[in-house]
Amino acid sequence: MTTIVERHKTLERNVTYLGLAAFAAVIVGGIVEIAPLFWIDNTIEKVDGMRPYTPLEQAGRDIYIREGCYNCHSQMIRPFRDEVERYGHYSLAAESMYDHPFQWGSKRTGPDLARVGNRYSDEWHVQHLKDPRAVVPESIMPTYAHLAEHDLNQGDMVAELRTLYQIGVPYSQADIAKANDDLKTQADPAADATDLIKRYPKAQARDFDGDPARLTEMDALVAYLQMLGTLVDVNAPAAQETLAKEKGR
Amino acid sequence: MESALSRSGLWLVGLLIAILACAAAVDSGFAIHMGIVGLACVIGLIVTLRGVDLSKAILAPDQGRYDDDPIRWGVIATVFWGMAGFTVGLLIAMQLALPMLNLGLEWTSFGRLRPLHTSAVIFAFGGNALIATSFYVVQRTCRARLAFPGLARFVFWGYQLFIVLAATGYLLGITQGKEYAEPEWYVDLWLTIVWVAYLAVFVGTIVKRTEPHIYVANWFYLSFIITVAMLHIVNNLNWPVSFVGSRSYPVFAGVQGALVQWWYGHNAVGFFLTAGFLAMMYYFVPKQAERPIFSYRLSIIHFWALIFLYIWAGPHHLHYTALPDWAQTLGMVFSVMLWMPSWGGMINGLMTLNGAWDKVRTDPIIRMMVMALAFYGMSTFEGPMMSIKSVNSLSHYTDWTIGHVHSGALGWNGMITFASVYYLVPRLWARPRLYSLRMVNWHFWLATVGIVFYASSMWVAGITQGLMWREYGADGYLVNSFVETVAALKPMFFLRAFGGLLYLTGAVVMTVNVWRTILGHQRTEAPMRDATFDPAKDRPIVAAAA
Repeated sequence: MTTIVERHKTLERNVTYLGLAAFAAVIVGGIVEIAPLFWIDNTIEKVDGMRPYTPLEQAGRDIYIREGCYNCHSQMIRPFRDEVERYGHYSLAAESMYDHPFQWGSKRTGPDLARVGNRYSDEWHVQHLKDPRAVVPESIMPTYAHLAEHDLNQGDMVAELRTLYQIGVPYSQADIAKANDDLKTQADPAADATDLIKRYPKAQARDFDGDPARLTEMDALVAYLQMLGTLVDVNAPAAQETLAKEKGR
Repeated sequence: MESALSRSGLWLVGLLIAILACAAAVDSGFAIHMGIVGLACVIGLIVTLRGVDLSKAILAPDQGRYDDDPIRWGVIATVFWGMAGFTVGLLIAMQLALPMLNLGLEWTSFGRLRPLHTSAVIFAFGGNALIATSFYVVQRTCRARLAFPGLARFVFWGYQLFIVLAATGYLLGITQGKEYAEPEWYVDLWLTIVWVAYLAVFVGTIVKRTEPHIYVANWFYLSFIITVAMLHIVNNLNWPVSFVGSRSYPVFAGVQGALVQWWYGHNAVGFFLTAGFLAMMYYFVPKQAERPIFSYRLSIIHFWALIFLYIWAGPHHLHYTALPDWAQTLGMVFSVMLWMPSWGGMINGLMTLNGAWDKVRTDPIIRMMVMALAFYGMSTFEGPMMSIKSVNSLSHYTDWTIGHVHSGALGWNGMITFASVYYLVPRLWARPRLYSLRMVNWHFWLATVGIVFYASSMWVAGITQGLMWREYGADGYLVNSFVETVAALKPMFFLRAFGGLLYLTGAVVMTVNVWRTILGHQRTEAPMRDATFDPAKDRPIVAAAA
């Protein structure tokens, strides 16, 4: 013991050694825990159906993040009986593989939203976002009526998708080139969305906010909410077979 | 004169860049932020040109052998941001009880104000306290004046600019959507520059020390500065959509993004709120108690164990998620192990009072320190317990977590900071004593009772909600809809807000006390009651006859 204390005096007398030793101590945990996630294969199981967000969904996701929805809503269903019955099949790692950033959340002041897509009508979402207590009297959620009043800032979706492509989201060159048109097409009931749906399977194209004349922030947010958890068919036989073989959960 | 000219030139260049960036901005939020940067440059330019020495105008002249100017500013900033952060905290607590307080405005909704609250208390209040006390402690324990005095002032003002940019950004909806790491890429870059300057000032002062040994408080400060730099840089690896726009996307997604975020998030607690504040404890508790640190060996063991183990604990924020099981279990095991080195710090602090325990009765500042250590010990036991997977399955996503962090933040970080501020203010402004010791006593009780209301109401709320979510009826169906579990918590939300109100009131009392002390006032008041000696009671305890 005495010798250790004596040896420690070297560190106490030299700030370079002390700093290096402290850095060495704090770097180990991160390397051991985080680095393997990038090369261990079964970290993200392969399932059918995952695709990048359409420009409108991504714009809705930007609004979801801007308004801080993650402060009260999780997007991560845990594998418990009550959660699976309440929210649907537990969340798979693959379902957030294109989420920059992830939005799993840490608090459920409101319910989990990982599989909220297609559970309620568009009208319900619009009414609920405008005045949550009009549809759920006990709700303590803030009102988001301003979303329906603001035109969707049609910033450069091409630049956004290209940025996401650069950090690893597999958009095709056509997806990036057509991003600004796709944004309008998906919320315009008069437009032909065949090409969009071909490139983004299961994309829902319609007017979301009840005002077909305008493309609002409400359109984008509802489009995002309505697709959450709808891409992977977790009950399909193939998916069930993959999940049955899954280790480590 | 020449240096004033060149500094003015730098301000002008900064102003020019801000104006250009403002004009080229692709979104209004970025334009507003560049406007704020430009305004900061204008203020800097005016101050430089007029040759105004703010410190001489408002603060006491610096006559000591130490450079205390940035510390005086830091103490004022600590109190100011503390008040701001507590007030926003009370507002958002009330919003959860009365949703109409969201006011229907996009800028004042809970989702935008909650990051404002967390950043204001952790980074603005806590960060200023850490920077100010570290500059104070490193000079005293090294017997050396601050290295790079100009850079030290840059650290202080640069950090305030970071806070203003972060805070206004949240209200404008500029966020990267990661908890406790919300500021966008350009604000992160700015903080990185400020932080490197902070490291340079701190290490530079240690290098020019006239004491052979580096005191234990400085080990903690050093590891805090180094680790926060590492965490901040890795967790904020983002790719901006435009270099003149506010939006960026993190390079990590999904599972990897989640673990990087909570590796960062948990160690923001571990190094910002624990290691840094333990450094404060290691200086101010022995000074106020006038007793040496209890055990030098314990400080060595618990320091290295604490910084090594803390880093591993992040995955306990992701139990039962899509994070691989091995990582969750590893995080849980290390979290439980972390209990012991955490208590090493508490034991070392509390045992330092050996031979001075009577001061708990007579000195309200010591009492605050003891309460801080008690809450530190309590929440570092609660944390490992909540990291056990089966406990976490109930507590996660509920208000139990909120109660846990607040017993740590209000009890440990808040109380030790208040005690340090009370220690510092008379010494920094060369006053014979605080304005009022009785007001410190009031502050102590208001804060303590406030925390009790806060923590206990959140424990009840969290466990209630966790149990209601998983409640099954005899028919085999879930008993409660989600919104029924929300409605059940309403009384607890009011009690929590009441606790917050008490805590805020205590902080108001402190603000008045600190301000009057700075002005040089001294309240005429009866001294705090001393323990009277009763010879009749001063006798050994004898076992009763069988």
